[in-house]
Amino acid sequence: MLDRRLELDPQVALRPEPFGALAYHYGNRKLIFLKHPDVVRVVRRLDGSTTLADTLRACDIDEARWPSFERALHSLTQSDMLRSGAHTDDQHDEQQPVPAG
Amino acid sequence: MTNTMSSNPSRLVEQLKGGLDAPICLTWELTYACNLECVHCLSSSGRRDPRELSTDEAKAVLDELHDLQVFYINIGGGEPMIRRDFFELLEYSIDRGIGVKFSTNGAFIDADKARRLAAMDYLDIQISLDGTDAVTNDSVRGAGSYDTAIQAMEHLRNAGFGEFKISVVVTRHNVDQLDEFKALADSFGAQLRITRLRPSGRGADSWHELHPTNAQQRQIYDWLLAHGDNVLTGDSFFHLNALGEEPLPGLNMCGAGRVVCLIDPIGDVYACPFVIHDEFKAGSVRDEGGFGHVWKQSDLFTELREPQSAGACASCGSYDACQGGCMAAKFFVGIPLDGPDPECVAGHGEAAMLAASTEHRPRPMMDHSKPPRPSNERVPVTIGRR
Repeated sequence: MLDRRLELDPQVALRPEPFGALAYHYGNRKLIFLKHPDVVRVVRRLDGSTTLADTLRACDIDEARWPSFERALHSLTQSDMLRSGAHTDDQHDEQQPVPAG
Repeated sequence: MTNTMSSNPSRLVEQLKGGLDAPICLTWELTYACNLECVHCLSSSGRRDPRELSTDEAKAVLDELHDLQVFYINIGGGEPMIRRDFFELLEYSIDRGIGVKFSTNGAFIDADKARRLAAMDYLDIQISLDGTDAVTNDSVRGAGSYDTAIQAMEHLRNAGFGEFKISVVVTRHNVDQLDEFKALADSFGAQLRITRLRPSGRGADSWHELHPTNAQQRQIYDWLLAHGDNVLTGDSFFHLNALGEEPLPGLNMCGAGRVVCLIDPIGDVYACPFVIHDEFKAGSVRDEGGFGHVWKQSDLFTELREPQSAGACASCGSYDACQGGCMAAKFFVGIPLDGPDPECVAGHGEAAMLAASTEHRPRPMMDHSKPPRPSNERVPVTIGRR
């Protein structure tokens, strides 16, 4: 998990909430609660070209907490909220939902 | 709904009770007009209200919901497809990135409309059906409504719409058909959704005759434990959680004003679709500040987001499981909001209803029922050549 280069699926929108954020996948209509502001920070930072380990480091996440982040991000890949970054130039603004097409 | 990085799901519920920056589940009833007159209609629909939001006003609301990052809305009525601008609003919403699920009785879904709907993305359709045969369904939803609904489903299937929803309000008379509903949904490649009957709207008068018996409540709970993962419920049966150790799938809480609200056809904002009454009206989208102001600032919603008292249920060991039940159900049978649910599985509801004065039972508001027809209109008319 730590060496994966992940990014938010372009069909996912993140909405800030008092507890963290809501993630909504416009394709599979799944709604997921990101229950900690640090998870939201990490997810927003994922760019598809940096490994998860480097992203966690860049977000100043204590290594003792990495296993819980691995679990959280793994479950986000299971629900297709996150995907492997295929193209390093395939960046997008996570805050804007992709217009329905 | 799933939550990530939470060791304790009940903590999430506690946080959700404090409210969200925007609703997750927003119901918007586009019109009070309806071709049917279902006896349990939660909004007492029938006739259009002359004050209903114009197309431009509705679009302005959608612009605002877009800015609030509302991901999707549930459109209902009345029969929403009666509105001439129905498709215009549907397309506008989806173009703004707001997915739509709409509820319909299916009367206006012909082959053409089905093809048009099938061509749209981010669209869900929910066909209402309250019986797996015409007799059971039509006794609640009106003559011919079963055939109409089935026909609409056939049009959707033929148009290749994909997975739509069949939405059932569980009553005393259709509770034995849950397996058949599931089989019907499967046969259409559809998903079954079952929800709880509330004494709201015209349901205030029909609920006492229609709501499931105590034994049937157990039946619903057992059925949901066995099938609940593949069946939608709007998380509406959480009062049944007191029946056993195993909680039903979904959020175990009342979302009114916290994660849920209703915009009615004239733009009034209520805490949930089942409480169309002044006491639960938080404001209007026509007020200064629009919907966002009502959601974030209204006195009513602020109050609902504060910790609620368990009241009469505080000493009951099941309160954590059932959360005191449904606010709307209590209100319209005259039980105080901190009293037990009328369908309390521990049986406290009946006593509370008896204690409540029927004279002071609040009446649902915004009644748009059609006037009763003179009896001579009901005589079948034969049309033919002389």
